Amino acid sequence: MTIPPIIEIENVSRRFVKDLDIAELTARKLGAKVEPQTVHAVDSVQLVIQPGEVLGLVGESGCGKSTLGRMVAGLLNPSDGRILYRGHDVAGLKGDKAREAALRIQMVFQDPMSSLNPRLRVRDIIGEAPRVHGIVPKAEIAAYVEDILEQVGLDPSTIKRYPHQFSGGQRARIGIARALAVKPDFLVCDESVASLDVSIQAQVLNLFIRLRQDFDLTYLFISHDLGVVEHISDRIAVMYLGRLVELGEAEDLLARPNHPYTTALVDEIPTFETGKKIYSAIKGEIASPLRPPPGCHFHPRCPHAHDRCRVEVPVLKEVAPGRYSACHLNDDVARRQTFAATPA
Amino acid sequence: MTKLLEIRDLHTHFFTRDGIAKAVDGVSLSLERGQILGLVGESGSGKSVTGFSILGLVDAPGRVVSGQVLFDGTDLIAGGERLLRTLRGKRIAMIFQDPMMTLNPVLRIDTQMIETVRAHEDVSRDEALRRSREALVSVGISSPDERLETYPHQFSGGMRQRVAIAIALLHKPDLIIADEPTTALDVTIQAQILSEVQALCANSGTALIWITHDLAVVSGLADHLAVMYAGRIIEEGPTRDVIAQPMHPYTKGLIESVPRGKKHGALLSQIKGMTPSLLRLPSGCKFRPRCPRATAACEIEPALDVMDQGRRVRCVHPHTENYPEVLAK
Repeated sequence: MTIPPIIEIENVSRRFVKDLDIAELTARKLGAKVEPQTVHAVDSVQLVIQPGEVLGLVGESGCGKSTLGRMVAGLLNPSDGRILYRGHDVAGLKGDKAREAALRIQMVFQDPMSSLNPRLRVRDIIGEAPRVHGIVPKAEIAAYVEDILEQVGLDPSTIKRYPHQFSGGQRARIGIARALAVKPDFLVCDESVASLDVSIQAQVLNLFIRLRQDFDLTYLFISHDLGVVEHISDRIAVMYLGRLVELGEAEDLLARPNHPYTTALVDEIPTFETGKKIYSAIKGEIASPLRPPPGCHFHPRCPHAHDRCRVEVPVLKEVAPGRYSACHLNDDVARRQTFAATPA
Repeated sequence: MTKLLEIRDLHTHFFTRDGIAKAVDGVSLSLERGQILGLVGESGSGKSVTGFSILGLVDAPGRVVSGQVLFDGTDLIAGGERLLRTLRGKRIAMIFQDPMMTLNPVLRIDTQMIETVRAHEDVSRDEALRRSREALVSVGISSPDERLETYPHQFSGGMRQRVAIAIALLHKPDLIIADEPTTALDVTIQAQILSEVQALCANSGTALIWITHDLAVVSGLADHLAVMYAGRIIEEGPTRDVIAQPMHPYTKGLIESVPRGKKHGALLSQIKGMTPSLLRLPSGCKFRPRCPRATAACEIEPALDVMDQGRRVRCVHPHTENYPEVLAK
């Protein structure tokens, strides 16, 4: 492809280490076996995001999707690996270039109430960054903020209000407006519609779809709700316990999931069934990231698990054009051929 | 045979400094034994307060102002706190959204469960423990003996909610009120809990009120749906019929704004505006300012009209085109 990718995530891992507290240090001095605990929140993830696309990232709580999003947005540094923005390693950039990259990638958070300063007026919440970075001359800030408010569907006359004077859906719009104010081309949306009521969620999703066209944006859209992600995304990446387990075109992935975990997730999207639905749950729960199971992380819950899954980590392999899956079952030639032959 | 639960013209108001918020404004509902009712609405619609009012759990500044809650023929509102104490946890159980709020963090699970059993029945500790173990097994908790000896913080969110459900089941209640019990859980865990609740209700004949904002979740579970908006029921009927042909423009809007099985990437149909504040409700039909079908006739509050096939709808211009032929398909 001639257009370079906007974001390249190269083998990125992130570990969190919980240091020993004083009681544990004392216990260790006395000979107890206490080790600092390490959480592998993100484990060797490889992803490429093309300009203009919407990549949906799904997984259950604790799977590392938010950590990955935060690394892409530059709020956390990877423990290993690199994140490239338009071919440049973000961590390695200095001075103006670093600031430029940081401004071009913005984040929209889940809970607008905890990410908007309650003591600032909307004018300052949205206007501060463009003023500080000299994107807009000081005299034109008010007009600029009003313009952005209108873009996200808020009344420009609310410019002097505080966040608590808005409803949940309006606050979500302020969060989006703040991200847009510095003219980004890439947005990381972390559960940005999760806390909203259904009717408001639809409004905000529509806003995301419209803004993407108007501003030529690329999204990394993180959510636990596969229904929402499917609607907005071009491609979907599924994470489980820090690892990427499946990646593919959105519609295709939902129509014929390859990984057993994706299959389970797709089966459990609540749909408007007329008549009673029999919920056939997958067994067990997501394991603690402190003690992930060996081999394939999903094997204790997987209906197809065999001996190999318990010891060997499956690699993400291309199983059909544009579709990647990390499952040992795909090494079975017959299964792979059946899958490839399944119409999308 | 009397209905298990019959709510008649219930009004629960909150007396705040800014005025009276009519959180529940004339709700009437009924429930048969073993029936599952989905009570659906967005935040502030009064669905949770309705659930709380049944059990007398409305805190000041809120108060049940008028109405009757007939449980097995007895009025719980008139019966007052003394009657409710004998019923709570025994014949009517409640499951809350956040199990961490229900479970006492400093007591072991066995202590809490034994306490619940013995609060209503004079049985030995051993018998109470045996029943607790049974209840844990019935909600799919493996190795119940070890689990009984742990504290709530040692459980995951899904496990805690199971324990809360197990406690609700201890006395084999006639009615369980569940207030958004799966909202905070992951989809796979939500599906597990739904499947267990479904089986439990079918096996034990327990009636269930499932309060939720998620129409999609409840559509696969409930027999009957009641949709609330601004403290009132605006539509009610058998789940299958309500989902297949919503009559109220709000219900229709809710169903259409859920992004499932829609044309990928296209704009969702949306309900304009937002949920009104209960302190500043519009006159007439409360949904009027957001409604695509509103006319001058909507300025007079419509009644909850009884339609065919056990449906009720509160609308001047309901979607009744081709009804009920649509359902025949």
